[in-house]
Amino acid sequence: MKGYYARKVHSLLGLIPISLFLIEHAITNFAAYEGGPEGFRDAVRLLNDLPLVFFLELFAIWLPLLFHGVYGLYIAYQAQPNLGHFKTERNWRFVMQRITGVIAFIFIIWHVYTTRFQITLGNTTHDELGGWMHNIVTQPGFFVFFLVGVIATTFHFANGVWAFFVSWGITVGPRAQRISSYICLGLFVVVTAMFLMSLFAFRSAEFADTASVITTTLHTMIG
Amino acid sequence: MAETTAAPNAGQNTSRRVKFVITRQDTPETKPYTEEFDLPYRPGMNVISALMEIQRNPVNAEGGSTAPVCWESNCLEEVCGACSMVINGKPRQACSALVDQLEQPVRIAPMSTFPVVRDLVIDRSRMFNALKKVKAWIPIDGTYDLGAGPRMPEKKRQWAYELSKCMTCGVCLQACPNVNDKTDFIGPAALSQVRLFNAHPTGEMNADDRLDMLMEGSDGIEGCGNSQNCVRACPKGIPLTTSIAELNKQTTKRMFKRWFAQ
Repeated sequence: MKGYYARKVHSLLGLIPISLFLIEHAITNFAAYEGGPEGFRDAVRLLNDLPLVFFLELFAIWLPLLFHGVYGLYIAYQAQPNLGHFKTERNWRFVMQRITGVIAFIFIIWHVYTTRFQITLGNTTHDELGGWMHNIVTQPGFFVFFLVGVIATTFHFANGVWAFFVSWGITVGPRAQRISSYICLGLFVVVTAMFLMSLFAFRSAEFADTASVITTTLHTMIG
Repeated sequence: MAETTAAPNAGQNTSRRVKFVITRQDTPETKPYTEEFDLPYRPGMNVISALMEIQRNPVNAEGGSTAPVCWESNCLEEVCGACSMVINGKPRQACSALVDQLEQPVRIAPMSTFPVVRDLVIDRSRMFNALKKVKAWIPIDGTYDLGAGPRMPEKKRQWAYELSKCMTCGVCLQACPNVNDKTDFIGPAALSQVRLFNAHPTGEMNADDRLDMLMEGSDGIEGCGNSQNCVRACPKGIPLTTSIAELNKQTTKRMFKRWFAQ
């Protein structure tokens, strides 16, 4: 694919469907904070009751993520950061967008492997996911990795939305770009808070009851 | 050229010296190295007058005789762009870099995003090739008298004039983290010129040709990563990022037009 169109597809996929899925993910997870194990299980069930859910996952999550991630690594490789001489906020964001992109790429591969892929393998089920998550995030190393991964991903998401508006010629002038910065910052704060609240909710004891059943399986899986 | 001793207050200044650390390179192929120079201070001196002093008396800080430092300059009033170089880490024009306003020692290096010819002399051909590629001109010649073109609204002329201040100096390309050996990105300067010529009532007649040039190959507008260093570095204050975003809009429209209207 030619450079211009590849980059346009990369940019579009970042917003639709990946950003929309991330927001959906935050809302589903938030059910763990709001409704506890019951609420979370219902939220996961709601998603899995969607028609043609496998194709939804394939075309709205996996393939877009794969293209966006791999092409994104190439974009990150092409940059030659010069923060040393240009310490502006926009230049920081330029560099951070690339660093957080690489972190998110690694984090998401690990995260999909330890959750969704384990369902495919039959090591856990959709209904047991709350307890499964409890077992992961109660291990300090994995919890820290989750915190770093989640914040890197939400930063990349919010700053990416800002860049999308510039790249498609929606925010043209400096004032428009500044205002959209504030809006995207707000988006970052809200989505990050929702993810972090659900992460802490997964750590709580109420998720432990469902967890005990599968603890042995998980420990053999990810140590 | 003024002699150092001709200045009326030369006596009180002879003791003051200014140190320069210059990145030098003897040929395009050889490795760069730094050389230090210890020059007498003169009131109001700029980087060009310092380089002239080295040319007059090519002795480095150790007292050894050396080849004079090569550089390019023309207008000496920041309108030609020839003397662009990296001064204390920032790409800018040497003629408007007053030593009184610079941190010392003053570190000078060539804008190494471009091929270095010798010392501070660089080859900016890629910028002029970029202008040719995007057709940064207005075709007005015909086999007969085409008559007067459409008038340009005064309000439009005012902002377009700002874009016309570009002197192809290369500072924006040096500042851009996406202009390097790993990419073909055409750089902010030529992009802004596309906006300028597409804004002109006569130039507008060929607007699509220019936009197409930004959308084919691997050097087009998609190379911009929104670090926005260009607009901070531009010595003429050209709203480069506004130009790029406006062209993002124009190329996006062009893309859909090509898909659905053909």
